[in-house]
Amino acid sequence: MSDQAQLLPGTLDLLILKAVSLGPLHGYGVLLRIAQITGQALLIEQGALYPALFRLVRQGLLQAEWGTSENNRRAKFYELTTAGRKRFMEETESWKRISSAMTAALAAQAEEV
Amino acid sequence: MKLPAYFSTLVARYFRRSEIADEMADELHSHIELRADDLERSGLDRAMAERRARVEFGARERYAEESLEALGGNFFDTLIRDIRLAWRVLSKSPGFLIAAVFTLALAIGANAVVFGIMDGLILRPLNVPDSKSLWGTVYGEDAGFQSYPNYLDLRDRNHSFEDLAAFNFVFAGLNTGNDPSVATGFAVTGNYFDVLRIQPFLGRFFHSRDEHGPNSAPFVVLAHAYWHTRFHDDAAVIGRVVAIDKHPFTIIGVAQREFRGTLKFLSPDFFVPIVDQDELGAASSLTDRGTTHTVFETLGHLKPGVTPAQATDDVNTVGAYLAATYPKEASRRTYRLARCGLSAFGAPANAFVTALMVLAGLILLAACANLGGLFAAHAADRSREMALRLALGSSRKRILRQLLTEAMLIALSGGALGVMGSVALLRKLGTWQPFPGTPVHIPAEANVSIYLVALLLAVLSGLLFGIVPVRQVLRANPYEIVKARSSARLGRRITVRDVLLVAQIAICAVLVTSSMVALRGLERSLHSDFGFEPRNTMLLGANLNVGGYRSDAVLPTQKRLIDALESIPGVEQVGLVNNYPPLVYGSASRESVFKDETRNFTQSNAAINPFRYDVSPGYFGAAATSLLAGRDFSWSDTASASPVAIANRAFAQNIFGSLANAVGRFARMKDGHRVQIVGVVADGKYLAVNEDGQPALFLPSLQSPMASAYIVVRSQRDPQELGTAMRNKLREVDPGLPGDIQTWNSLLQVVLFPSRMATASLGVLGLMGAILSITGIFGMAAYSVSKRMRELGIRMALGAKRTEVLKAALGRAVRLLTVGSAAGLILGIMASRVLAYIVYQATSRDPIVLAGVVLAMSLLGLLATWIPAQRALSVNPVILLREE
Repeated sequence: MSDQAQLLPGTLDLLILKAVSLGPLHGYGVLLRIAQITGQALLIEQGALYPALFRLVRQGLLQAEWGTSENNRRAKFYELTTAGRKRFMEETESWKRISSAMTAALAAQAEEV
Repeated sequence: MKLPAYFSTLVARYFRRSEIADEMADELHSHIELRADDLERSGLDRAMAERRARVEFGARERYAEESLEALGGNFFDTLIRDIRLAWRVLSKSPGFLIAAVFTLALAIGANAVVFGIMDGLILRPLNVPDSKSLWGTVYGEDAGFQSYPNYLDLRDRNHSFEDLAAFNFVFAGLNTGNDPSVATGFAVTGNYFDVLRIQPFLGRFFHSRDEHGPNSAPFVVLAHAYWHTRFHDDAAVIGRVVAIDKHPFTIIGVAQREFRGTLKFLSPDFFVPIVDQDELGAASSLTDRGTTHTVFETLGHLKPGVTPAQATDDVNTVGAYLAATYPKEASRRTYRLARCGLSAFGAPANAFVTALMVLAGLILLAACANLGGLFAAHAADRSREMALRLALGSSRKRILRQLLTEAMLIALSGGALGVMGSVALLRKLGTWQPFPGTPVHIPAEANVSIYLVALLLAVLSGLLFGIVPVRQVLRANPYEIVKARSSARLGRRITVRDVLLVAQIAICAVLVTSSMVALRGLERSLHSDFGFEPRNTMLLGANLNVGGYRSDAVLPTQKRLIDALESIPGVEQVGLVNNYPPLVYGSASRESVFKDETRNFTQSNAAINPFRYDVSPGYFGAAATSLLAGRDFSWSDTASASPVAIANRAFAQNIFGSLANAVGRFARMKDGHRVQIVGVVADGKYLAVNEDGQPALFLPSLQSPMASAYIVVRSQRDPQELGTAMRNKLREVDPGLPGDIQTWNSLLQVVLFPSRMATASLGVLGLMGAILSITGIFGMAAYSVSKRMRELGIRMALGAKRTEVLKAALGRAVRLLTVGSAAGLILGIMASRVLAYIVYQATSRDPIVLAGVVLAMSLLGLLATWIPAQRALSVNPVILLREE
């Protein structure tokens, strides 16, 4: 567990959008997908996912529908709305900018300054 | 989102609330099932897998709660749930609920009542158009009396007012046929209604063009209320002729219902042109410039761009001109501008109402401190419940919100109850006529602003006492609390609750001190030396103008009346005084008197400015004013005899150096004629109870007769009986003459009214302070006893004495009480200096007051700790220890 990092604030929403952008998922599926795409590197408490999901639904970025899971359980599936797709693009762009800026900043050596 | 849509989703969400919650529960359940499926696949058995899945999920309740919140718009859901829970919690401790609501109702009610009075008296402008630019002029120190010629000059020579109107009072008999009754009217200048920019309800108003010199405009405008009660809303009264003091006047109009004259505390019954004032029994002639009795107040709208300061300078320039041009009549006095409605009473009324508001605010603060303490104790008792909720994943925010909801629920119920009480009280006050027969009233009414103020105060005080336990909740450690069961910390530490209690008791002690100081002050002014003895005297006020007597018939009629009254069995002495006797209706006139050697009778040369009374022989005996030297007037001191006068001690000492010196000496009146001082009487009070050593000069009424006079009748007989006998005698002399028959004491009420009102209100506030301190101490003592029952039980079991148990149980409460009372007493004494401005002879350096406060606070403490003490003493260690 020690090599799992705490989530940066604000990143959970983006991760959820990313996970759902790859195809409709139920809540548990979102968790699994995040674990998969981050290589198990990030720690999310399972219950903490739901307030975030509902917040995104309320913001109109996600829409939800009840369906049946692969192992025949009733589950609620989430997918991106048009607004959600647009927001996902924007957030990804801005994350990339921040991330590269941060990387560059942290990589700076004494002689470069 | 558009607002209607927002509300419709809100409503939908409210009704679908359980649906949403169910769906959410389904979803979370489905999550756990799916996780359990995975775990089962990895080799766990089903039961184990489900358990593990639930643990991994985390605090399910909390996430459900947060999810609901994330869905948004559930503010009202949460609120409704909070309110339900608050109600359940509060209804479990009805004692706390009732005490809290009652305390707040009292405090908020008191504030609302005081605010209502402040609103009516000070904040709300007169109900006329553009009242912002309407100002009155006050001339000199006394309530704005001046003379009509001075008014005319002021009107025509100032450059600040668009136009200047004036009014005065008229007390006259109004007869519509065969029902004479005395009514109070305003004698107003022709431009009065135009200056005020108001329109009549019926008919028309009179205007400047209707005035053509003295007694030229026999028109009367009725006030709406008077038209309603006396003429039963009959629109046909317009054009009717009524007799006012036996002179025919035509009713030309009725004023709007909202317009009740230009004084807030007196609504006139009718309006007549001021030019007719002379025939309506005015005390002085309209053409007399030297009098101060023909105009009460002048008022008008300032021209646009003129500031009140500029206008004050301007009218003072006119004042200087008057003093220079008419040195004999116009004395040099400064003009002030005052907001219309209160005239010169504005400053004292302001001071009084502000003081009341401050005290009422203190009551509310004390109540909040009280409730804060109760609330903190209540929260401490529930610390276990809160710890459990925290442990189960409830957020601190939610718990605080819950507590605040409880506080608000109490505050709003208290506020609602308080405002209901205060509205009822204000309605009563508004219709109350403190002096029967005069249209004096307290301009208080319940309107929207009262409700708003009460709501604001309720919310504020709810927040104030609601935040007291916040720190407690924020710092609570659920683990510790659950482990340690009840968290009765028995430290020496001074807690917030202690500070609140001390503050509250201090505030209450201030209130108790103030009310005692005021009570003592009033008691003293009631028993101070008036210079006459109001007990066992009845007064008969008869205005012969109302009876239509000619001036040469006045004296004989008055003599007939005096003789008739003297013939009543049991009557000791009878005497007459022109106008009003001392201390009646706050009406007295001063006159300039000159030394004998003075030849230039300008106001600036006046030696003294005494009160002037014109009295008949026997007046001093009837009033029980002691004659210190010389003689009383006799029936031979008529107009044909040489002019004589009787001075009071202050006058004699001031002018002649000593009492003995005065008799036989001369002084000169303002027209230059000499009067010989034939006697000296004791000093007294003339205009107000709080004056001291004022000079007065008594002249024989036989030498300056006046139609309006009071006859003083001294007798040991029962006032009721005597009153009937007097009325019969009056009827024998003139069956058509209305008479005002009252005891002198009852007429003194008018003068004492302000200090009585002040004392009554302070008394009520002091009583509320006392009640609050009882509930505060009681709450604290009862709580500390209940918290320490176990400890007390052990002590008793180990053989502690009763006194020791009591000391342990209540020592802290008593110490806090002592500290609080001492602080309050000192503050109260300091505050009483302010009180001295309102209540005559209010002094805090009075051993009786000090002893009274100490005694009262100790009694209150004893009363409040009695029940908890009994409870502590009745502890049965065996039962108690077994229970725990």
